[in-house]
Amino acid sequence: MAMSQINHKTTEKNSTDIGSAVSVQNISKNYGDVEALRDMSLEFPRGQLTSLLGPSGCGKTTLLKIIAGLLEPTSGHVEVNGINVSGPGPDRAFVFQDFALLPWATVLKNVAFGLQMRGVAASEREAIAERYIKSVGLAGFENSYPHELSGGMRQRVGLARALSVDADVLLMDEPFSAVDEQTRRKFQEDLLSLVRDENKTFIFVTHSIEEAVYVSDQIAILLPRPSRVSEIIRPSSFRNKGVDNIRRDSEYLDIVDNIWSSLRTYVE
Amino acid sequence: MYIFGYRLPGMSSLVVWGFLWEMIGRADVTFFVPPLSEVFTTLYSIIGTVAFKNALAETAYAFSLGVFFAVTIGVIIGILMGKNRLLDELLLPWVNVFLSAPLTALVPVLMVLFGFGMKSIIITTSLFAVWIIILNSRAGVKQINRSLVEMANSFGASPIDAFFKIYFWAALPEILGGVRIGIIRAVKGVIIGQLLISIVGFGALFELYSANFLMGHFWAVLLVLFGLAFSISEFLAYLERKVAYYAAKR
Amino acid sequence: MIKRANLLKIVSAVVLCSAWEIAGRIPVSYAFPTFLDSMRSFFEMIGNGMMLEAYKETLQPLVIGVLISAFLGIGLGLWIGLNNFFDWLFSPIFIVMQAAPLAALIPLLVLAYGIGLTSKVMVVCIMAMPVIVLNTSGAVRNTPESFKEMGKSFLASRASILLRIIIPAASPVIFAGLRLGVSAGFIGAILAELKITPTGVGDIITYSRSIADYPSMYAAIFSIILLAVLFLNLIEKLETVLFKGNQRGYVSD
Repeated sequence: MAMSQINHKTTEKNSTDIGSAVSVQNISKNYGDVEALRDMSLEFPRGQLTSLLGPSGCGKTTLLKIIAGLLEPTSGHVEVNGINVSGPGPDRAFVFQDFALLPWATVLKNVAFGLQMRGVAASEREAIAERYIKSVGLAGFENSYPHELSGGMRQRVGLARALSVDADVLLMDEPFSAVDEQTRRKFQEDLLSLVRDENKTFIFVTHSIEEAVYVSDQIAILLPRPSRVSEIIRPSSFRNKGVDNIRRDSEYLDIVDNIWSSLRTYVE
Repeated sequence: MYIFGYRLPGMSSLVVWGFLWEMIGRADVTFFVPPLSEVFTTLYSIIGTVAFKNALAETAYAFSLGVFFAVTIGVIIGILMGKNRLLDELLLPWVNVFLSAPLTALVPVLMVLFGFGMKSIIITTSLFAVWIIILNSRAGVKQINRSLVEMANSFGASPIDAFFKIYFWAALPEILGGVRIGIIRAVKGVIIGQLLISIVGFGALFELYSANFLMGHFWAVLLVLFGLAFSISEFLAYLERKVAYYAAKR
Repeated sequence: MIKRANLLKIVSAVVLCSAWEIAGRIPVSYAFPTFLDSMRSFFEMIGNGMMLEAYKETLQPLVIGVLISAFLGIGLGLWIGLNNFFDWLFSPIFIVMQAAPLAALIPLLVLAYGIGLTSKVMVVCIMAMPVIVLNTSGAVRNTPESFKEMGKSFLASRASILLRIIIPAASPVIFAGLRLGVSAGFIGAILAELKITPTGVGDIITYSRSIADYPSMYAAIFSIILLAVLFLNLIEKLETVLFKGNQRGYVSD
């Protein structure tokens, strides 16, 4: 009940009519007899960050991988910029939960991997990679190997790799779950400025309620068995008050509480 | 492997290979490959003979004694190496050398030192198996979680208690892994020993069959050997999986 | 200052050699020469070219067999690891071969191919190949899924995923298989020389045993073990040179 109130309030304040960058239409995904996703539809507004939030097993990563083109949906389809998705494409880049950095390649080579696969010449791709390594704050680590970096630094490499291919849509699969709390907060702040500065659409999977509310323009709550979108929340009033004030904003706290009260029944 | 949505069991392709063998045998491509069915009939006829039973008994005897010594010596030395740094540093280089050394070269030495008999075969078997058991037992003790040992100490366990209640059990998955590989090596060792000291067991049988061009007999004995070796290794893998449940989450 | 680990290595070598020397002096057996006698024969045989001559013979089947096993084994392993059908078809053969005492095939090989080089190469191959195939296919199958997904999502072609992701990711385990294969190949090569026909080092061992020249026999055995250890270290060096970033010890065999 309380949930729908907020939902109502926020949508009123934030009636956006920006087009969708990504549109998920009637997606179902079955693994044998197991129904992972059922008839799911969702719009992802251009230039904004949408979180997929839900308890484990709710299919949020499955949905993200379907959008990425890494998994085939059983039925339904995904459109990116109005074009049907039939596999991975240059319009999307993925940030992995476990970083997926090649341990035998230097930071520079890891960041340049996506460009290399697109056939960009070595000197050019290294120049681009160096620029993005600098922009994520890893200048000086170009020739280090992943195992020489901390978890947070590794994910910065993963982020630089995704940014360097200049895709419209950034797909992030619990990107901060494997880094420590302080690093995660720094990441979240950086992510906010990234969303503001880059004209990209972000789709962000997380299981942390606070994280979702903190970074998102739009939060899709997914509930499990079978997975469905239970509601969409668009926080608005605290986004412009500055990163330091978000966590004590009353709307922020209300949304966090309300999401928790609707999810708690699904936690074993 | 799936065919029409039905999952084929793991080793089912061996049936295909067996069929191919039968075909090649029937086609009389080479004298060395008689049809599989003929090999099975031969197998049936020799399995009750005294010569075969003797060979099997002698091999089993050498094998079990060899494995017994290898496991006892290997586990003890391995655990000691894992616990004592000086001993570890003194012995580890040699264990590594002998782990990958061509131990077949040592068989002639064993033959002159211990005679052309059972003793040499047993020692060959042990020599093949012992090094990997040492190495794994050592690794098992080395990886024991410090906090487990500290827990035992904080609850006042005596060193003996700690050894049997903590070290042995905590290292058990690795020890068993080592014993499994050790035993597979012991199977090879016992056969290599018998081939080089070819007056006992299957070694003698192989000599006899190949000297008389009894291909059916030869393959029959080989099938028995391979089947036994494979069953032993699968059985040990099964045992290892049974303790793997706690190896994964220590 | 010498490092503690190296110092202890020297200490343990000295201890072992003196134990050998003392045991030889007692003597524990008429067939147990002293360490110094054995070393004297060792250097004598190197000096008079006997060792060189012997290794020319021994290394032939070994090197040919190991090369065949490595190329064929890694190729087959990749194929099996990448394709479910070939996995189903070939894996059981190599699993059985890996567990089975393949040395038992030697009398048959001799009947079929005679006592020449072919038989000896075959012996080395059947000993060395299974572990190379199984390690390669297992490593390929165990390539972390997220590496492959990463490749796909960044638009890598199938060939790029194989060459730039799967093979480098599998290389530590493939090399571990190669080391095990080479060590099994040594066992096979010596077995072939002792069992089939005495040639090379096997000949020195057999001949010196028959004339009771035990120091030469021990020296020959010492030399082949030494060679095996050196050879395996060489492969390890090769691996560190080829895959520099892979040195993080995340694979054990």
